[in-house]
Amino acid sequence: MSNEQQIPLGKDVGTGLKKISTSSTASGLQTGLFTLASSLAAVVIALAICAVLLAVTGKNPWQAYSTIIETGTEGDKLLEMMKRATPLIFSATAVAVGFKMNLFNIGVEGQYLFAALIAATVGSRVSLPAPLHVLFILIVAVVAGAAWASIAAMLKVGRGVHEVISTIMLNYVALSVIQWLFENFFRDKGAEGLNVKTKLLPASGRMPDIVDDRLGGMFFVALFVVFLYWVLVFKSRFGFRLRSSGLNPGAARTSGIGANKMIFISLLVSGGIAGLVAMQSVLGEIYAYGPNATPTQLGFLGIAVALLGRHHPIGIVVSALLFGFLDSTSAQLQLAEIPSSIVKLIQAITVLTVVIINEATIRWLNKRTAERTAATLIHRAEVAAS
Amino acid sequence: MSTVEVTPGDIAASTSKRARALANHRIVMLVSAFVVLAAMSFTRIWTDQQALTSSQTIGTALRVMVPILMAGIAALWAERCGVLNIGIEGMMIFGTWFGGYFAWQHGAWVGLAMGVLGGMIAGTIHAVATVHFGVNQTISGVVMNIFAFYGARYLSDLLFVGEQGGGVSQSPPQKSAIPKFDVPFLAGGDLFGWKTPDIFGWFEDKEWFLVGDLGGIGRGLTYNISWATAIALATVPITAWVMWRTRFGLRLRSSGEAPSAAETLGVKVVRLRYAGLIISGGCAGFGGATMSIVASSYYRQGQTQGNGFIGMATLIFGNWRPMGVLGGASLFGYSLGIKLVANDSIPALFLFITFVAGCMLIVSLVRQKAVTAISAAVAGALFFYAYHTVQEVPESLTQALPYVITLVVLATASQRLRPPAMAGVPYRPGEGH
Repeated sequence: MSNEQQIPLGKDVGTGLKKISTSSTASGLQTGLFTLASSLAAVVIALAICAVLLAVTGKNPWQAYSTIIETGTEGDKLLEMMKRATPLIFSATAVAVGFKMNLFNIGVEGQYLFAALIAATVGSRVSLPAPLHVLFILIVAVVAGAAWASIAAMLKVGRGVHEVISTIMLNYVALSVIQWLFENFFRDKGAEGLNVKTKLLPASGRMPDIVDDRLGGMFFVALFVVFLYWVLVFKSRFGFRLRSSGLNPGAARTSGIGANKMIFISLLVSGGIAGLVAMQSVLGEIYAYGPNATPTQLGFLGIAVALLGRHHPIGIVVSALLFGFLDSTSAQLQLAEIPSSIVKLIQAITVLTVVIINEATIRWLNKRTAERTAATLIHRAEVAAS
Repeated sequence: MSTVEVTPGDIAASTSKRARALANHRIVMLVSAFVVLAAMSFTRIWTDQQALTSSQTIGTALRVMVPILMAGIAALWAERCGVLNIGIEGMMIFGTWFGGYFAWQHGAWVGLAMGVLGGMIAGTIHAVATVHFGVNQTISGVVMNIFAFYGARYLSDLLFVGEQGGGVSQSPPQKSAIPKFDVPFLAGGDLFGWKTPDIFGWFEDKEWFLVGDLGGIGRGLTYNISWATAIALATVPITAWVMWRTRFGLRLRSSGEAPSAAETLGVKVVRLRYAGLIISGGCAGFGGATMSIVASSYYRQGQTQGNGFIGMATLIFGNWRPMGVLGGASLFGYSLGIKLVANDSIPALFLFITFVAGCMLIVSLVRQKAVTAISAAVAGALFFYAYHTVQEVPESLTQALPYVITLVVLATASQRLRPPAMAGVPYRPGEGH
């Protein structure tokens, strides 16, 4: 009895799976919509949590949010939003390149600060015609960032040291090395006190503003880098290898993709993009590196942006703009007697809810797929049996 | 078909062999501790750098060590139950803020307790994300660091701004402190109002070979000790006892080594991982609270200074064991302590390393281990050269020492490290069977 039933069942399992696999491309869009919906849900939940926090602490959440939206959507503020989003786009892209290879580059912070010091110093000591000078500094920054990341890459490939630990440690080593190099060699002796910097860049090495004092050219460089990221990771053979090594290292190795080489290259690319994070500040704002002037924490915020944007080029840009939007309103919030640090808290809580909801959605989707598969199979079996 | 018969005699023989190996190990440890101490003493007398083992240096090292040690113990609890905790730094920020706020409002002891509570809240958040929802443990930890940093800033903005001496990045100063004590008979502490003799101090003043060093180290560990420091030191044996001598500890470790197997035996893996992470958060919170209450008298943004990450480093350095964590924390604490007390005596330590490398060279020659002998000889020569050429080590570079040591340990000795097998792998109940 069992024999007679098992043979048709086996056949139908095959056709059933075939049906599922053909319908999976159609459901790619559906999955994308779920992703979008869950990201939006995370933002909404984070806003709700912050509203409760504001209300508990005696502030009016409605007033806070309307202030954020009113001031943030003014023309000037929209430019500021893009400006503030620029470094986040770089650092999030740097993190995302690693993520696509299943590598978690926590070292963006150290890589970009190191690159900022080196690029500012080298840039101030050469003389080149204007467009070449800027390009040269950008290249130096990329190389310096990649060089610092290569330490972690070598430790990973050569000695099997996990990149999470090595990049965390290298962040602190970078801070020490930067301090040492700056104090002993690269510092401009003229400046004193809190205003210490490297030598200022000459006019030829400065990035021109697109809108005077509001938006520098780096925003477009950032968009270009995101475009390159999209082409490289999603459209090239290299990207295919990168993603397949990240998704299934075993299968990738069997098909002839050297895991070590991919690890090395992707960490270098990640570090190189990280090198550009502080370039808006170096090339467009303070024209130098300064321990108190160059912005910090951008590497960690980049991780947050990458997570919120799910490592997708458009997601990264949108998330960075959202963070930039929130940041741009903080000054106005202070005037309205709402603690301006609420915008950073919204960002932090958003990321917390995003990672949790992301995981819950994936589980729910997997469960739904499994249930539907099971239902299809049972249905087929019943049809075959009758 | 042959079966291997295991007789009770075999078991007895193997246990006695094990016991002998353990005893041998202890003797080796004792002898090497003596050699290290002798080398230190010799260096101190040779270079006349009394600060190397003075009670002031050791006392400072002990104070800086406490947060590192607590972070290391926190990392131990988390990883032993099977969850990576990159968020220790963030949990320590919870500890510093809660500690700082409640110590300012209600006194130092309340602050310390609330710091622990703050860390436990953070630990619970990490547990909900990683254990309940199965979020990638590294991601959750990193997000915890970001969340704690900006969360503390928001709370400061709300509660400290406008107060006397307070602001968005720091709290007003506290009025009370955790009391300190000197151990009677060893460091001249009071006993029922009678001032006992200061034996370690007396030895330290003599500056004799070995005796002076033992006096200095002993006095540093017994003189002017905060009760918070004593509690922190006590967590090491307590952790070791709970983890290796109790049923709870066995189950906790088993959920980090083989959760599926543990679950088939009725161990509640999820519950244990929650417990492990809450304890982990509590330890990190305590470490953070000592920074804002004991090491200073107010909360300040960025007060944790990466101690959470150094704590993770001690866990790796200490091979995921409580005594190893204590060893790593002592080493990093000493390197930070001597920098604070006597930065100019650091070159003398190069001579000390030369001596130790010399001893290692002799041992490896006797044991006929070529690679160790060559590396010991090269290291010895390098450090001897450094001793003669380097006048002063830049302070910015000595700060990087714990991190560099960790990377070197990971790169050279990773074969000998044995982390919990399933630390970092999310587990869902019923997954393995």
